[in-house]
This record gives sequence, structure tokens and C-alpha cells, in this order.
Amino acid sequence: MSKIIELKNVNKWFDKFQALKDVNLEVNQQEKIVICGPSGSGKSTLIRCINRLEEHQDGQIIVDGKEISENTKDIEKIRAEVGMVFQQFNLFPHLSILDNCTLAPIWVKKLPKKQAEEIAMENLKRVQIADQAKKFPGQLSGGQQQRCALARALCMKPKIMLFDEPTSALDPEMIKEVLDAMVDLAKAGMTMIVVTHEMGFAKEVADNMIFMDEGRIVEKAKTKDFFNNPKSDRTKLFLSQIL
Amino acid sequence: MKFKLAKPNKENLNTFVTLGSVLILVGFFDFLANTFLDLNFTGFLPGGLSFLTPIIIGVMGLHFIRIEFSGNRLLDKINTNFNSSNFNAFLSLLVIFALIKYIPPILNWFIFDADFAGNTKQDCTSGGACWVFVKVWLNRFVYGMYPDTEQWRINTAFFMLFALVGASFFVPAKLKKYLLIFLLFVYPIIGLKLISGGDFGLEYIETGAWGGLSLTFIVSAFALILCFPVGMFLALGRRSNLPAIRYTSIGFIELWRGVPLITVLFMSAVMFPMFLPDGTYVDKLIRVLVAITLFEAAYMAEVIRGGLQALPKGQYEAAKSLGMGYWRMHFLIVLPQALKLVIPGIANTFLALVKDTPLIFVVGLLELAGMVNLAKTNPEWLGMAMEGYVFAGLVFWVICYAMSRYSQNLEKKLSTER
Repeated sequence: MSKIIELKNVNKWFDKFQALKDVNLEVNQQEKIVICGPSGSGKSTLIRCINRLEEHQDGQIIVDGKEISENTKDIEKIRAEVGMVFQQFNLFPHLSILDNCTLAPIWVKKLPKKQAEEIAMENLKRVQIADQAKKFPGQLSGGQQQRCALARALCMKPKIMLFDEPTSALDPEMIKEVLDAMVDLAKAGMTMIVVTHEMGFAKEVADNMIFMDEGRIVEKAKTKDFFNNPKSDRTKLFLSQIL
Repeated sequence: MKFKLAKPNKENLNTFVTLGSVLILVGFFDFLANTFLDLNFTGFLPGGLSFLTPIIIGVMGLHFIRIEFSGNRLLDKINTNFNSSNFNAFLSLLVIFALIKYIPPILNWFIFDADFAGNTKQDCTSGGACWVFVKVWLNRFVYGMYPDTEQWRINTAFFMLFALVGASFFVPAKLKKYLLIFLLFVYPIIGLKLISGGDFGLEYIETGAWGGLSLTFIVSAFALILCFPVGMFLALGRRSNLPAIRYTSIGFIELWRGVPLITVLFMSAVMFPMFLPDGTYVDKLIRVLVAITLFEAAYMAEVIRGGLQALPKGQYEAAKSLGMGYWRMHFLIVLPQALKLVIPGIANTFLALVKDTPLIFVVGLLELAGMVNLAKTNPEWLGMAMEGYVFAGLVFWVICYAMSRYSQNLEKKLSTER
């Protein structure tokens, strides 16, 4: 399998605070990676660097063969291929669910409206909220909103999906419906990087686990090894606290 | 339960309500007799106290009828709305008395004692408002010094505008787009050409002759339409990452916000021509329009910037993550939401703009208030300032109130949060 994302010695600072320290990571096509770690450990920063919502100051990030830096002219093109789901959903409240899903395909990928709507309905069906297409985000439950956000990202037909704590802002009852949609997506062969605390999901879906602490990748291992046989003490401590 | 005078209670409901009502009636009677019949029953009391007796008696009465859960709907309603505490009872009475005292004289001046018939100042004999003045001058108030025989041109232009705007509410959404483009880009040229003339066999009428309400509309409409996009780009510019654009925007906004409009208008009229090469001439009205537009654009920019700042960062990030560049992100995601948030502020700026238009008198252009100013100095109509300004005020109020209502409707219509 071929590499689709590559990070080499990535460093990032927020003023004086170093958020990422020498991060190295390779992600293959169709690989599913779950990143976990305590809050403030740089998990979100890491995946936000991959579509340059955050800028890294040092090192290389290569996504789908293109290096991301301040010189990247067509950062929009890379972002169009990298879908992202946020903790706070970030749906566009002034647009209906359907328009949320068709906006970027129409204006960024220049699809005809009709085709964009077909794709949108397909994806809304996939996450099982097709019947809500005409409503506005404010009328939906959190779980429905997050599934809509997932559908919106999928409408761009991304090669990679990034998830930034997708279930952290949800009621416990709604977490499952979002995770189910993500499991389906994983089974369909999407390349996924997921920041989450849902270890059940990780065990079911992830090929590899990454544990981060204080801006470093402390441990990267096959999922089974990670849970059954963690190498570093810090990982053991973390797992003992959340499992 | 024992009967206590200071503590009205439900057991003695009827007693207290009777007592209270009588006191309230006495208070009102005293007040009415005082106001309308010039009878002062309490004149023997020292000055201040005598003046306050109706309110004191009334508040006492209201205190007696303040009974919780009386079971009487009317009484409960009065108590919750006018009479929830002694202080509120006092305020309620004060307001009611003030209304009764001051509304009749105002109505008398406006309508009952006013003169409507006749054509000269001498026809105004009854002491109220002399609306004859407004009637005689109405033509000038609306058209300024525009020649009488050519006024159909202004009428046609405005009739066209209202017809187009009206039509835009009813035509299907597909046509609406073209209609709006026509309204914003084609119609202003047609309208201006029609009013100024000079071509197509229409007599040229210089802008100095324009005036009155029609000029108010022309100046307001152009400034409104133009200041909005300028303000929008200034607001975006002020938040730009590019230092050149950011500092230019900041400088521009702070410069115009820091100068009084009247100074700006003077400059546009007096100073600006000095910088022009000899022989070039920019029409006074155009200079004024540019000045007002830029002035209001600076305010508009700050209003819109408020909306931009109120948007959560997540909206920007979501737009970026979908591959949108700066312009798509702003025009599809950010501005629609930000502008909706600041509709009240935009309406505020627009209203201020309309009410600022009278200031163009400093360059010799006389819109409605300016024409009133001129008319009241006419030797045959001296002393009519009150009527003129009240009329101008009412017209401005109607325009501004309509705009304010429209903005409120727009807010409701665009609201998607439920």
C-alpha cells in the first residue's frame, strides 16, 4: 500500500509554547489511525496541520504527494481532498442541511447543481438523515448535526478523512449513531485519522494506534499490541485511567 | 382575620376595593378639575403639596386595591401591569396624568385649531397650526427649484423605481435576480438621466435646481447603495492578513470616522475643486454624494466588522476545510451570517444617513429640511418655522420608521435558528 500522508520532523509553536515536537508519521492509503492522549498533548494540532488549519514552523508535511508549506499556492486543492469533521460540528447555520452538503461541491468542484444534490442525498442517506435534508442545522439534534457534518465532508469525495474529537460534544446517547456512521465509512475503505477517546471504536476500527503526550508521539503500535501490550509507562498509565 | 388598614387582604376584598376606587376617583377628579376647569380644591395646602395631591391620593388608592390573587381578573390585570408596587403605582399615575394633560393641547394645535383652507398667511386665524403654509409650499418641498413644467420627469423616475421595487417582491425567484441587477446597475443611470436631462430632447436641469424631498431620496438612495459595498470591503480589509491593505483600511476608516460630516461636505465643496486641474469640473451633487458615501462607509465598515468578529472561528475553519478560498469563504459562508447578525446596526447606519442628508445645505443643495428653511424666511410667510419643521420631521419619521420596520421584518425572515 502506498503512502498518502507523510510527516517528517514536524515542529510547531504557539508563541513560546511548543505544541508539536519532532513528529514523524506515515499514513498509508486506506489505513485507519486513532490518536489518543491527554488534553493539550497536541492531537488536534497534529491533524489540523495536515490540512493547514494550523501552520507548522519546521519539518515537512506531504499530503498526496504535495508538500504543504506557506508556499503552497493551491492549498485549497489539497483541502478539497482532505475532509474534516470537527468537535463542534461547524455546520453553516444559514443553510439547509442539503445546501450545507451541496455548497462546496457546487462552488469549489464546480459540479452542476443537480449532480451535487444527487451526491448530497446519497451521502445523507448513508448517514441516515436523508429525511432531514430540508431542515436547518438549528433544528437537528447534536448527533444528527454531526452526521450531517460527516456527509458534508464526504460530498467532496475526499481521499482522506480527519476527525477531531467528533463525539466529544455529544450526549452519550448520540455518540453511538455517529460512531456507527464512522465505522461504516471505515469499512468502505476510507483513509481515516481519528482523534478520539472512544476506545471501543478504536479497537473495532483502527489499524494503528498513536499515543501522544506533550507534543510528542510517545507510542505508535498495532491496535492489538497497543491495548494488550503497551510499551511505555506513560501509555500504560493513560490506558489504566480511561479503560 | 382582623381588619388592618395598611395591609389590604383578600378577606376584606370589597371594603378595600371600594375604598381604593373612591380614593383613585378622587385623585382623578382633583387632577381633571385642576387641569381643565382651573379649580384648585387643595389650594389651601402649601404649594408643592397642593400640586402633588392627586398623585398622593391616587397612589393611596392604588395601594388599597393591591391585593394578591383577588380572584377578580380585571383587578389582577391592573395590579400586575400598573400597580405592582407603590413606586410603580406612582410612575403609572404620573404617566397617565402627563398623557391626559399634554395630549389634548398637542392635538388641538395639530388638528382641531389648525387652519387648512386658504392660500395666504392671512387665512390662518384660529391660533393652531397653519397648514396652509405647507399646502402652498408643498410643491417646493417635494421638487425644490425644479421647473414646474418638467416635474413629470421626477415623477416618472420615482414611479419607475417604486414599480420596479414593488415588482421585485412578486416576480418568481428566477426573474428576481435580473430585476435586482437592473435596479442596482441600470436603473440609477436611467433615473439620473431622466431627471438631469440634457439628452434625448430633455431640457438640461442643473443639480442646483434639484431639491426638496426628491433630492432627499436621490441622495439617500445613492449613498445607501454605494456605502454598503464600500463598507463591506473596508471591513474585510481591516481584518486582512496583508499589512498594506489592513493599514490602508484602518487609516481610511479612522480618518472618516474622526471628522464631522459637515466638515467633509465643506471640503468636498470648497477644497476639492482646488486640487482638480483647471477646466475640469465635477458636479456639486456628485461631490456631495461621494463625500457622504465615504463617510457612511467608514461607519458601515465598523458595523460589519462587528458581525465578522461575532462569527465563531469554526465557521471559517469549516469553510477552509472544504477547500474554499478567501472570496468563496467570505461570500458564501462568512458575510451572509455576519450581515444577518448586524442588520440592526446596518439599519441604524442607514437611518443616520437619511437623517444626515439635510447637512448638504452647506454646499447650497436644499433637500426637504433645507427647503423648509428657505420657505420660512420668505417675507410673506414669516413665523411659520414650527409648521415647516414639524412637517419635515414627520416626513423623515415616516421614512425612517418604514426602514426600521423593514429591517425588523428582514431579520425575522432571515432567521433560521428556532
